[in-house]
Amino acid sequence: MDFQIALLLGQDGLTNGAIYALLALALVLVFAVTRVIFIPQGEFVAYGALTLAALQAGKVPATLWLVLALGAAVTAIDSAQALRHGATRRLPRIIAVNLVAPLLLWLLLTSVDLVGLPLIGQIALALAIVVPLGPMLYRLAYQPIAEASVLMLLIVSVAVHVVLIGLGLLFFGAEGTRTPAFTEGTLDLGATTLQYQTLWILASSAVLIVALYAFFGRTIYGKALRATALNRTGARLMGISTTMAGKLSFTLAALIGAFSGILISPVTTLYYDSGFLIGLKGFVGAIIGGLVSYPVAAAGALLVGFLESYSSFYASAYKEVIVFTLIIPVLLWRSLTSHHSEEEE
Amino acid sequence: MRRLILPLFLLLLALLPVVLPGSAEFYVTLLNYIGLYALVALGLVLLTGVGGLTSFGQAAFVGVGAYTTAWLTTAFGWSPWVTLIVALAATTAVALFLGFITLRMGGHYLPLGTIAWGISLYFLFGNIESFGGHTGLGGIPPVMFLGMELKSGREFYYLIWIALMLAVVVTQNLLDSRDGRAIRALKGGVVMAEAMGVNTAWYKIVIFTIAAQFACVSGWLYAHLQRFVNPTPFSLTQGIEYLFMAVIGGVGHVWGALLGAGLITILKQWLQDLLPKLLGQSGNFEVIVFGLVMIFVLHRARDGLWPVILNRIERLWPALAANAGGSVPQAELLQKRDMPQGGDTILEVRQVTKRFGGLTANNAVSFTVQAGEVMALIGPNGAGKSTMFNCVSGVNPPTEGEVRFLNQRIDALTSREIARRGMSRTFQHVRLLPTMTVLDNVAIGAHLRGSKTFVHSSIRLDREEERRLRFEAARQIERTGLAEHMFDAAGSLPLGKQRIVEIARALAADPCLLLLDEPAAGLRYLEKQALAELLRKLRGEGMGILLVEHDMDFVMGLADRIVVMEFGEKLAEGLPKQIQEDPKVLQAYLGGVD
Amino acid sequence: MSDKPILLEAKDLCVSYGKVEALHKVSLRIREGEIVTVIGPNGAGKTTLLSCLMGLLPGKGDVSYVGQALGNDFEVEERVGLGLTLVPEKRELFADMSVEDNLLLGAFDRYRRGQKDYAKTMEEVYGIFPRLKERAAQMAGTLSGGERQMLAMGRALMAKPKLLMLDEPSLGLAPLIIREIFRTVARLREMGVSVLLVEQNARAALQVADYGYVLETGEVSLEGPSKELANDPRVIEAYLGLGGKH
Repeated sequence: MDFQIALLLGQDGLTNGAIYALLALALVLVFAVTRVIFIPQGEFVAYGALTLAALQAGKVPATLWLVLALGAAVTAIDSAQALRHGATRRLPRIIAVNLVAPLLLWLLLTSVDLVGLPLIGQIALALAIVVPLGPMLYRLAYQPIAEASVLMLLIVSVAVHVVLIGLGLLFFGAEGTRTPAFTEGTLDLGATTLQYQTLWILASSAVLIVALYAFFGRTIYGKALRATALNRTGARLMGISTTMAGKLSFTLAALIGAFSGILISPVTTLYYDSGFLIGLKGFVGAIIGGLVSYPVAAAGALLVGFLESYSSFYASAYKEVIVFTLIIPVLLWRSLTSHHSEEEE
Repeated sequence: MRRLILPLFLLLLALLPVVLPGSAEFYVTLLNYIGLYALVALGLVLLTGVGGLTSFGQAAFVGVGAYTTAWLTTAFGWSPWVTLIVALAATTAVALFLGFITLRMGGHYLPLGTIAWGISLYFLFGNIESFGGHTGLGGIPPVMFLGMELKSGREFYYLIWIALMLAVVVTQNLLDSRDGRAIRALKGGVVMAEAMGVNTAWYKIVIFTIAAQFACVSGWLYAHLQRFVNPTPFSLTQGIEYLFMAVIGGVGHVWGALLGAGLITILKQWLQDLLPKLLGQSGNFEVIVFGLVMIFVLHRARDGLWPVILNRIERLWPALAANAGGSVPQAELLQKRDMPQGGDTILEVRQVTKRFGGLTANNAVSFTVQAGEVMALIGPNGAGKSTMFNCVSGVNPPTEGEVRFLNQRIDALTSREIARRGMSRTFQHVRLLPTMTVLDNVAIGAHLRGSKTFVHSSIRLDREEERRLRFEAARQIERTGLAEHMFDAAGSLPLGKQRIVEIARALAADPCLLLLDEPAAGLRYLEKQALAELLRKLRGEGMGILLVEHDMDFVMGLADRIVVMEFGEKLAEGLPKQIQEDPKVLQAYLGGVD
Repeated sequence: MSDKPILLEAKDLCVSYGKVEALHKVSLRIREGEIVTVIGPNGAGKTTLLSCLMGLLPGKGDVSYVGQALGNDFEVEERVGLGLTLVPEKRELFADMSVEDNLLLGAFDRYRRGQKDYAKTMEEVYGIFPRLKERAAQMAGTLSGGERQMLAMGRALMAKPKLLMLDEPSLGLAPLIIREIFRTVARLREMGVSVLLVEQNARAALQVADYGYVLETGEVSLEGPSKELANDPRVIEAYLGLGGKH
């Protein structure tokens, strides 16, 4: 391997690692707040990218139907519950958020010229479609068993993952897509060249990480999420509802996932099921951080990125084997350094 | 009536290939697959449903079995029966390695680990050249049995279902034994089980390996049924589907595995025909339905469909219901340990300090317990009494100081080791396995008095010992006055009686020192008197008893000596009379701000 | 005293864990500006009572708060909004967050409803517990036992409650600190906060309270003005089982 190739691979590793880091942060967030191991995180990556691609092709993305359907289901369940408790005052909000908003989105999609829209508008629309799926999934799949064991929640996660994969195939077909770069062209750095999209990925990741850091460190809602993660009973006694915290963390995770997909779809061809492996690599990072530490998770995810990129050079066929086998020494290390008690289960 | 069901079911199974017409080959194939899948799901019943450990990676073990035989039979011409042994050995090696790494972790690390190795092994199968890469390996020879080549689906059917039924029998035998009780304690009872001397880490490894071996046999069968293997059936997706089968069928029930495998396999067939037509596209859309069913089952019937169906049937035909209760046949008494001499010091706590972070829960506390005496530890809430119990019994060892039991230092030993030496305890927050009967719960206490292993119990070579263990448990239950509840689920008893079950369990261990944490809480007056009577009798037999209790009438009437604790320190020590008149004690109990 | 309006009233409250009844037909009443204490031995159901009133556990029976019926569908979060707060026995602090952030989150519910004057409330709380101000930047997990209790109370006060429920505030604290805590409880009455105080430390609790209930094995066995209870031999007996000595 000469220096040039090493540099190129490093660049690759850094780009992928940045995306894995974002996903790892989202996974740690969701786990800390809700104890859900969010296996479907990766599907948001694919949904984000493929929804954007559909919009750019001038089609109303099929994910919109999913939003409408899930929104209707949430409306039905929440309204029934509110009526049972005689809390009719809650109805307008339930209907507005889950039914009217998706319908308005539909109206918007059918009335604007999707292809002619500037990229930023298309991205905003794609996010507006995909991100609400996060809190809706939380409401439908997780909230009814929010107090169940981590294991049970994990099995639900796997079930949700499987459903989303199946729906992904139905919505987007088996063909992969790429979207155009945010900025076309490459930057010549002498020793190597850099695609502008790579810069976009690195810069956006950095901005997102800083924004998350500020959200958790400076805002009362961010602190409320951290509080729920630290002590659920304590948080409830402060009026921080576990449901609110759950929906908020799922919204953030969906946003991070979908936006990650949009960031990388100009450099990687994404298929309906590509998200899973990408998400799992974020996972390896998150597990390196023990599912609790944000900085270690991010660092771990970067490590995964580099490992993947250099192993693809040396043993390209074994790339996935190497990355996923990495988890074994990591687990060994975790198991030797952590003392776990059964009480948590 | 109920006894007839199983023979009838087996007869039906045996006749099916004979009575099905030649045109129904499809159904034979379907049944073959159900059998193969059920074998894997059965392992998950043992692992997940009973033991509380979850794996999404069972398909990888199926792959180990399939590829081992495929490669060795095609490349080296080995006999399939030899490769079966090799495959089982390989699986055991892999399972032990992975188990050693992941089983020590908290609940969710294992399933995550299984996802990772599920993917790793899948890609590995697809990339090893001698395994034929993603195209796979063909030309696998058929299995020879009694000189007969099992080539057709109908012939192979018997091999699959005999293997499955053997696995069912082994699993049921295993669960209905000393080891079975220990395995069932893995789910939510590790601290208790360890305090009763159960090596929980070992049992986790055991069930993990057995589950892997079931999967391996399924893979071996698959390879010789198909006579061709490629990586696809061993992917993570299939691993997930195995777990779905077990959970939907009823992951806590042996027959749930069969039900789940049957339902999912048939549903899959049907949906694979229907959905592409309905949706106008081809693809594996059945997973959408599986996932939704799975979420629904987990929300509404967490224990799966088997118990739901069983419940319905028993309501329709009460004659089929299992009759609860029964009796425990008399058996030879278990060996008893030699009791120390009355008056000998059996427990010596010297300057024990326990800190949690910055909090000092016990500060340089010392006391002794002698054989044939009741020593009571009293003090207001938060004084550190339960912490002291955990220090003494090894559940949570002391930070500083020394604990000596029968003249040996034990403060560095695990609770399991300490139990072996003759100390047994109850817990302040009752630690019973609520769905198990009182008898089974108490029998866990006698765990260390049996020695047969899971190998014995899976082929029923443990019956004599098991009878003795059960008889011992029944004796302790009768002795503690719970005979009428012997076959009730422990969780259905009122809390006070659950505490008595804990005492019976501790007694089943044949201890010479008994640690009781608030045994009288929640008991009615007469029950308290009966308990006091029992404890007096045990004392008379030479047992030492260390007691934490809040009911002062109870303590004052029973204890020989009392230690009073406050703020983690020893406030006073003496005879009950002295304690009752100690002004410091009065102050500690009634409190006051001035 | 008895002419003040009733703030919270429970009638025939029963709470069960599965088949086991932990509270049986407990009735109690707290008037505005009153300190009411519930004393009783370990395991009597005191914590269960508070958990049920706070909505952490479902119960049977009637609970009304300022005349409004609080059914089981009133979530904990809604009760916080109505002015009920609980300082639990385990304190339930956010250990890895600073003292100041812990306090801030005490005002979360009011903030969410648009009352963003938390800075002012925080100054008031610091006025009550000056020690917390000194420790403002310190992680809650590093505080001493007494400071933790102060923080837990301060955090609850950030919600500007009408009724503050304290579960064993003296638990595991040294006598000097207990004195300080109880002095603060007495001050709360002057600030117009009613207090429901659950305590094992009967003498201290009865000294500070207006009215008291004795809870034994899930039932109210005695009740009355605290001064009377404090001198009742049955109270002493219930605590030490020293019948005949007094």
